[in-house]
Parts: sequence; C-alpha cells; structure tokens
Amino acid sequence: MPMKIENGPFWKRVEENLQNDFMRGAVAGMQDRGYVRRLGVIEELGHWEEWRSLAEQIRKHTLENLDYYLMQLSENVAKRGGHVFFAQTAEEANDYIRRIALEKQAKKIVKSKSMVTEEINLNPVLEAIGCQVVETDLGEYILQIDDHDPPSHIVGPALHKNKEQIRDVFRRKLGYTKSSDPVELARHAREMLRRDYLTADIGITGCNFAIAESGSITLVTNEGNADLVTALPKTQITVMGMERIVPTFEEMEVLVSMLTRSAVGQKLTSYITVLTGPRDEGDADGPEEFHLVIVDNGRSSILGTEFQPILQCIRCAACVNVCPVYRHIGGHSYGSIYSGPIGAVLSPLLGGYDDYKELPYASSLCAACTEACPVKIPLHELLIKHRQIIVEREGKAPVAEKLAMKAFRLGTASSSLYRFGTKFAPSAFAPFVEDGRVTKGPGPLKAWTESREFPAPSKERFRDWFQTRQKGGNPS
Amino acid sequence: MTRGTIQNRDAFLQTIAERLGRAPRLSGVSRPQWDCAPQWTVFAGYSQDDLLNVLQKQCGLIHTDYIETTSAELAGALRRQVAAYGGGPVIVPDDPRFAEYGLSALLQDEWPAEQTAVHTWNPALGRQNIDAAEQANVGIAFSDITLAESGTVVLFSRNEQGRAIHFLPKTYIAIVPKSTVVPRMTQAAAAIHEQIEKGGLVPSCINFITGPSNSADIEMNLVVGVHGPMKAAYIVVTDR
Repeated sequence: MPMKIENGPFWKRVEENLQNDFMRGAVAGMQDRGYVRRLGVIEELGHWEEWRSLAEQIRKHTLENLDYYLMQLSENVAKRGGHVFFAQTAEEANDYIRRIALEKQAKKIVKSKSMVTEEINLNPVLEAIGCQVVETDLGEYILQIDDHDPPSHIVGPALHKNKEQIRDVFRRKLGYTKSSDPVELARHAREMLRRDYLTADIGITGCNFAIAESGSITLVTNEGNADLVTALPKTQITVMGMERIVPTFEEMEVLVSMLTRSAVGQKLTSYITVLTGPRDEGDADGPEEFHLVIVDNGRSSILGTEFQPILQCIRCAACVNVCPVYRHIGGHSYGSIYSGPIGAVLSPLLGGYDDYKELPYASSLCAACTEACPVKIPLHELLIKHRQIIVEREGKAPVAEKLAMKAFRLGTASSSLYRFGTKFAPSAFAPFVEDGRVTKGPGPLKAWTESREFPAPSKERFRDWFQTRQKGGNPS
Repeated sequence: MTRGTIQNRDAFLQTIAERLGRAPRLSGVSRPQWDCAPQWTVFAGYSQDDLLNVLQKQCGLIHTDYIETTSAELAGALRRQVAAYGGGPVIVPDDPRFAEYGLSALLQDEWPAEQTAVHTWNPALGRQNIDAAEQANVGIAFSDITLAESGTVVLFSRNEQGRAIHFLPKTYIAIVPKSTVVPRMTQAAAAIHEQIEKGGLVPSCINFITGPSNSADIEMNLVVGVHGPMKAAYIVVTDR
C-alpha cells in the first residue's frame, strides 16, 4: 500500500465516511476509552510535563545531530556483522530489499507492522518477483486478506471494521467456520500465522527506535509477532525512517515509556524487544543475516525548515485519538496511511500539496493534538503554517485575509460542511464534560477552564431537533 | 565477527548536514545533560518488599498469575503451576540457576518419570530446539532483571537460552528472584548502558516481556494470547 490511498476527492471521502455509522461509533468508543486510559497512566506516573520536556529535548537533540547518530548507528551495526543500506528514495529502499529477496530465492516473507514499509509501498515490489508477503500484526493481517483494505489508524489499522465483517472475510478467504467472537477469530489467525513464521525465508520489521550506541533496534508490540518474525527466518530486514533513532538505551527507555502510555495507555506493552545484529555465534535461533535499511524518502527536505518538529514524532497516535475531526471523518478520509493531525501535517510534506492540500484544513485548530503529543510537537501551529503556504502559493489576497476568507468559504459553501462543523462540537467535547459543563478543556480552552467552567455545546442542534420532530424518529 | 557492509552513507549524511545548514558532524557529539530526570523519581526509596507489592498489583492488570514462594518450596510451586497450565511438554534454557535453585531433580527425574517431557535448549541441536519450543506447552526461564512498575521480566539471549523459548510455547512461566526486582525500565536501561560504556557487547536479543501476548485489533476487545503465549505466570522467589 503506498502512502496515498486512492479513494476519490477529499470532500467525497468525508461525505462517505460520515455515513459510516459503525466506523464512527468505533472511533468514538476508541477515543473515549483511550482518553480515560491514557490520562489514568499519565496521572499514575506523575510529573508528566517534565516527562514531555525530557522527551522533547531528547528528540530535538537527536534531530539536530542526526548525521552523527546515524554514523554511530551504522558503524555499530556493521561491527556486529549487520549490513546497513542508506536509501535516499523509496525506490532505492525497495530495490535493495528486492535484491536480497532474489539472492535468497525467498518464497515466503513474514512482516511485522511497519508504517515506513507501507509508505514506500514495499509489498507489491516483493509480490512482483513471486514472493508471498504475509502481514502478521492481527489488524494488518485482517486488512491484507480483505483485498488490501487501507489502514485507518496508525496504531489500530483495522479500527473501522466490525467483528462480523472480519468473520465474513475469514470465511471467504480462510475457510473459517466459527463465530464472530474476537477470541475465536484471533485464535484462527494464530494458527494460520504459526505456519507462516516457521516456513518463512525472510522476516521484515519496522523500527520504533534505533539505538546509536549499540547498533540496536527496538520493536514494541503487544502480540509478540515481531519476535517470531525476527527469531525464526534466516534473514531479517529492518526498515526505519531515518529519524527513528536515539543516542543510548537510556533515551530509548524514556521514549518507550512515553510511547506505550500515549499509544495504548499501558505502562509497557507485552513485548519490547531490543535486537542487535544477526544471531550471536553459536545461537540456535535468530537471523543468520541482518540488514538495516535507513530511509529518507522526503524526510531530509523537512530538516532545517519550520516543519522540523514533525520529525520528533514517535508514531503513538495520541494526537489522532483526541482529534475531534478524526472522530467524525475517520482515517480513510485523509487519503493517506498517515491520518489524524500527524497525518494532516506529515502527508503534505512527504506526498506534496497537490494530493493533500485539504488536510491542513481538516482541523478545528482546537490544539487538543498539541497538548496530547508526548514529544511536544506543536501540531496545530504546523497546520496553520501549511495553510499559510497553501494560501501564499495560490498567490491571491494577503495571507491573513485570504486565510480568513478561505476558512469562511470552506465553512459555509457546502451545507454538508456546515452540518459537519456544528455536529462535531458536542461529541468532541464529550470526554471533558461533567454535568453538562466543560471542566477540563483541551488546548486553548485549558487556561479558561482551569479557573472557570465553560458551557458545553448543546447536544441537540435546532436543525437536528426539527428533522427528528418531522420524521418522528430518534436523533442520530 | 565479520564486519558488515555500509552502502550510500556519505551522500546520505551529507544531505542531512546541508539541510541542517552546517558541515557534517560525524564525531565529537556528546549527549547533553538533560534538563530533568523524572524517570528516576518513580518509586525512589522503595524497599524490595515495597517493590514486590507494586509488582504483585501490576500482575493483576496484565493478566499474569503471581505466586510467591521460597527457594525451598520452588520445585513444588513450579510443579503446581505447570500442572495448572495443563502439564508438559516443557522447554527450558540450559541455565545453571535451575540447579542452584534445587530444580534439577524435577527437570531430570520427576517430570520425565511422569511422562512430562522436558527439552533443555541445546545450541548443538540447532533447529530441533525450535521444533521443541513449538510443541511445548510451557516455556520456563529465569528473569535477569524484573521491572516492578510494569510487571516486566527482562531476558538476555545467549547460546543456551534461545529466543523461541519465550514465544512459541502455549504458556510461559518466569522464575523471578526477589533480588532482580528494580523499580522500572530506567534501572535496566542504565545497567545495560553502563555495560556498553565499559566496552561490553549487548546480547543479540534482549526481551522485555510483560505478561502474555495480547491484541485489541478486533473492535478494541482485548484478546489475551495471540501469537505468543496465551497465559503467563511469575513465580517470585522471596529469599533469593
């Protein structure tokens, strides 16, 4: 799957997804439960603002000295017998990985979840030379067997599907005969994938954090799939975005602590695995050969610009999980594998404004994303910068005026947008509401609500009330 | 060890330096003193007993059975836990601690006499170890470092302790000497970093394992037991 998801123009995608009741319910449920869980572990940990400052400082220092740390990382990987390939473009990365697959005469390749391999569209390249490529993360596996349905969330890629749909896909593609009980579905996937792990020629992973001081890579999962992908096949290929690196184990630890809390509200996920080079001499498992592919693919063009902070991202999706716009339009509306606020900032940078010029406007600028970000990326400010650039490129009215007019035009030109705008306000605030008052507001509301309560947006708009009254039905 | 290859590095790093608007920095950077260190304040001043309480409570959250015992009672506790998980086959690393903790008779005589097969990881057997792990009902290993906050056992791979022991068996038991318990991942990371500073080599695989495998990918329902073990237990040895 390339970064771009081909599914029509932005507003059409939004319209379609607003009609998808299951998806919207699933996203809302995920956001509400995730919000409570995340705040719970943050509160338990204590000193969260200090943690965020530390994480931000680590990420900034690493980016400012990225050439040094990549030098150190590659030296240490090579010292341990691993091979490092620096790929400026997606094509270079794919060509290198294809060459290894051909050299190994690989028939089956198992993969653990990796956004960067999605971004460079690796799977079709390997399939074109006759390899069977098996995604092993349960969510990715479900999407893959459902004719490559695109992911809708960077942590929970199959969030938009319900268990009955998954059961039907399993029946159609895997000869599954049992129920839609998630336990039975997961057990079936376990059985199917066990055989794949044991017979695969190559294992491919992403990389949560590379550790420069030791030439290690860190993988974070709950399922344990990355461990089987790396323990059993003879060849391991790890693909990393060039910014996913920390100086030492000590910084890895801080960022993993932030990642697991921010992504899934866990103190640590079930499996954090630090791998260094191929298997040690005399080991009976682990890969005999290890390749690390370090990918630029547009990232270096972000360095040294006002967008540099986006490279601090650790892919936790906390911003996605608090975003009121994502809540309503879902991941597929973004037309990119990177959705939500992070996607709205990153997709135009990696994929260009021609494809993604609407995304910076898919935001209410409420700043909940900025406040949730564990590495302090000023997401909503970067969205505004995108808007400024887009407006300037169109070369019309002065920036401020154009921006105001554009926002006004976007908000009022279409009745669906107007509905969308007024509709999301109440549920966007739902996590913060107690007894009809907003008590702990996000972003700019925070300072206000710290000293007084803010009235919650009305649950029922006049238009809804009127329509319901006319139809005599229940409000949506 | 044969050194691996590095391709395309110079141009790649040159581009980064240019974008950052300065000459390439290929050496001489040191980590700054970070402005704050909140990670060291977590459970600061806790006694070993306090940390065990934290660990026990956390095990409840991560679907992990928590058992306390003494080294004298360990063999019995281990035997009961393996029976509770449905018996053998069992797979263990070749670890001198099994003998030190009085488990040799159980592994070598008692279980085999009861038809509970025990496979001890033996690097000379190569792939057969993986087959044994795949068929095993229970994998058992000693925790090298234990993290109270998250309920995590840390395991360093070595020739005698393959990775598959922790992932392929249906269930998993970690033996946790009380002395291995530290507040959180901070202490483990610092210990590993210190070894590296002294010129030590990290093992090819370090596992931080927190309970059984799980997934919430189907309607966000937690399913315990996806690709790795479906159940997990920690047996804490309080006098070691």
